Amino acid sequence: MEDMKEVILEYVIEEYCDEENDDVTFETPLISGGIVDSFSMVSLKRFLENKYKISIPDADASPEAFDTVNKIEVLVKRFL
Amino acid sequence: MSNIGSYEKRLEDFDWSIAEKELDYKSGDDINIGWYCSDRICEMGKADKPALIWEGLGGVEKQYTFNDVRLRSNTIASFLKDLGVKTEDRVCLFMDKIPELYIGFVGILKLGAVAQPLFSAFGDDSLHVRLDNAQTTAIITQRKHVSKVRKILDQMPYVKHIILVDYDGSKPLREREIAFNMDEAEQVENFKSFPTKAESPSVLHYTSGTTGQPKGVKHVHYSLISQYLTTKWVLDLQDNDIYWCTADPGWVTGTSYGIIGPWSLGITQCVLDTGFSAESWYKFIEKRKVTMWYSAPTAIRSLMKAGDEIIKQYDLSSLRHLASVGEPLNAEAVIWSEKVFGKAFLDTYWQTETGSMMLTNYPGMKIKPGSMGKPFPGITATILDTKTFEPINETGKPGLIGFKPDWPAMMRTYWRNEETFQKKFENGWYLPGDRAYIDQDGYYWFIGRDDDVINTGGHLISPFEVESALLEHEAVAESAVVAKPDEVNMEVVKAFVTLKPGFVADDDLELKIMNFIRKKLSPLAMPQEIEYRDSLPKTRSGKIMRRVLHAQEWGEEVGDISTLEDD
Repeated sequence: MEDMKEVILEYVIEEYCDEENDDVTFETPLISGGIVDSFSMVSLKRFLENKYKISIPDADASPEAFDTVNKIEVLVKRFL
Repeated sequence: MSNIGSYEKRLEDFDWSIAEKELDYKSGDDINIGWYCSDRICEMGKADKPALIWEGLGGVEKQYTFNDVRLRSNTIASFLKDLGVKTEDRVCLFMDKIPELYIGFVGILKLGAVAQPLFSAFGDDSLHVRLDNAQTTAIITQRKHVSKVRKILDQMPYVKHIILVDYDGSKPLREREIAFNMDEAEQVENFKSFPTKAESPSVLHYTSGTTGQPKGVKHVHYSLISQYLTTKWVLDLQDNDIYWCTADPGWVTGTSYGIIGPWSLGITQCVLDTGFSAESWYKFIEKRKVTMWYSAPTAIRSLMKAGDEIIKQYDLSSLRHLASVGEPLNAEAVIWSEKVFGKAFLDTYWQTETGSMMLTNYPGMKIKPGSMGKPFPGITATILDTKTFEPINETGKPGLIGFKPDWPAMMRTYWRNEETFQKKFENGWYLPGDRAYIDQDGYYWFIGRDDDVINTGGHLISPFEVESALLEHEAVAESAVVAKPDEVNMEVVKAFVTLKPGFVADDDLELKIMNFIRKKLSPLAMPQEIEYRDSLPKTRSGKIMRRVLHAQEWGEEVGDISTLEDD
């Protein structure tokens, strides 16, 4: 199975970063760091739901839970 | 004692000359907002007072006094002048909320050029259409955003200079690019602000309507008069305040009340340039000892969602006054803020075109939670009949909000679009496009928009613009875009699409289309939901009936569908 963190990180870099800010790591703050804004978080959530065939309730999709790739992995695993 | 004192008393003897006198301005004098926000404050003896306390990611901090703002804005103005930027040329600010954005704005105005701030999350299409309309001469930006400019540069021969404020030399500069480091550049002690007059153009902000491309709202230097006074009386800023306006200067609140208002009053303001989280915001208020906080309903509702427990972890006792703008502030949010902060957020109503506050709640005035408040002194407001455009004298009867267009910050036109500008008036009233009613005590109550424009998190989105962009996706045959109710953002974008043959309506395609719009237009314009349809409701003449879909989303009556085509 693909490493979940790698998959998420690759998606984040591909979709939300460009050549000038692609040095994102598992611990880079995505939401509080302004890389993914609250509106774009909806598309990131949708990606995770499609990819892992899960449903993340809106109440759990907080900016804090989406703030790093590491935290996102924890969140996704709760709903697998 | 609040700055406004008694609202009723102010109504009795109001004249805009109150602000003119305080600003030592007389009709016919030079009036340059850039000078008022920097040199004048220094001349008043506040050169060493902090003007900007900025915090970025990881707690990185920068501080600038009013003298620093004066020197750096001089330096920016001088740099632009040396590049050949002329009076009334448009200079775009395309940056995050970094100090260069705030001080660059002041510098552009000092030069006599027109500041065109654009939201840094705009995609290349959104950026292009706005730069093209303005025929922008120069763009001041950062490395992280320059790729969007590069992508469309070939289509913009009028853009002569792209100024990178954080160039680090790691990669070569490209065509038309030049580096400028605001803090390291040799500071220019003397720069004579251009002698702009009351009607000289100052700021060009872009806003969206139901149809057509985004409109460039032209403001002039005289707007300072109402921005100064509304800041003083409504935001109640006082000399020892630490002010935090959470708005991005890519939008009008971020310039009218995030730069012009506070700095023309010589007030210290702080800026947090990180993404949103309840924890980081509360921490910032505690650390900076924020006293006056001007924010938006979407943020307030997000804070409500984060719960009350987290608030107890922070000392927020410095807060003395709160206000809100962007979309109607619901009663629950007002009541909640009173409960958890001990103060109610005062709702303020205005828009890009009005340039300054129009209907608001005031310190010391009784608040009716959920109400827009009352007209600012000097503003003639009414509710108009939707057909005759005559004022409605009946209490509680809904109609269109109308304003007599005679306050200083009123837009002067839509840039290169006078025809659309003229359509905003009926019977001598300016129509902001919102419906409301007035209660027996003279308070205004918001009902809704009078058009299809979507207000998401306080930002207006044109359904037409999103529909047009959707049609550029290879899978989309037809599109219709409407507002969908949302607990936090009030409204979000929802799209209905039909697909071209050969495409499968599944979740992966939905995500692809969402991301397509996000990158092309902006995250705000990205549909939060896409519904696939076999066909869209149309009139017999083939026009898509957006209102049928809107009614469905809001659980409303569809109304007259006699023109709907048969299936």
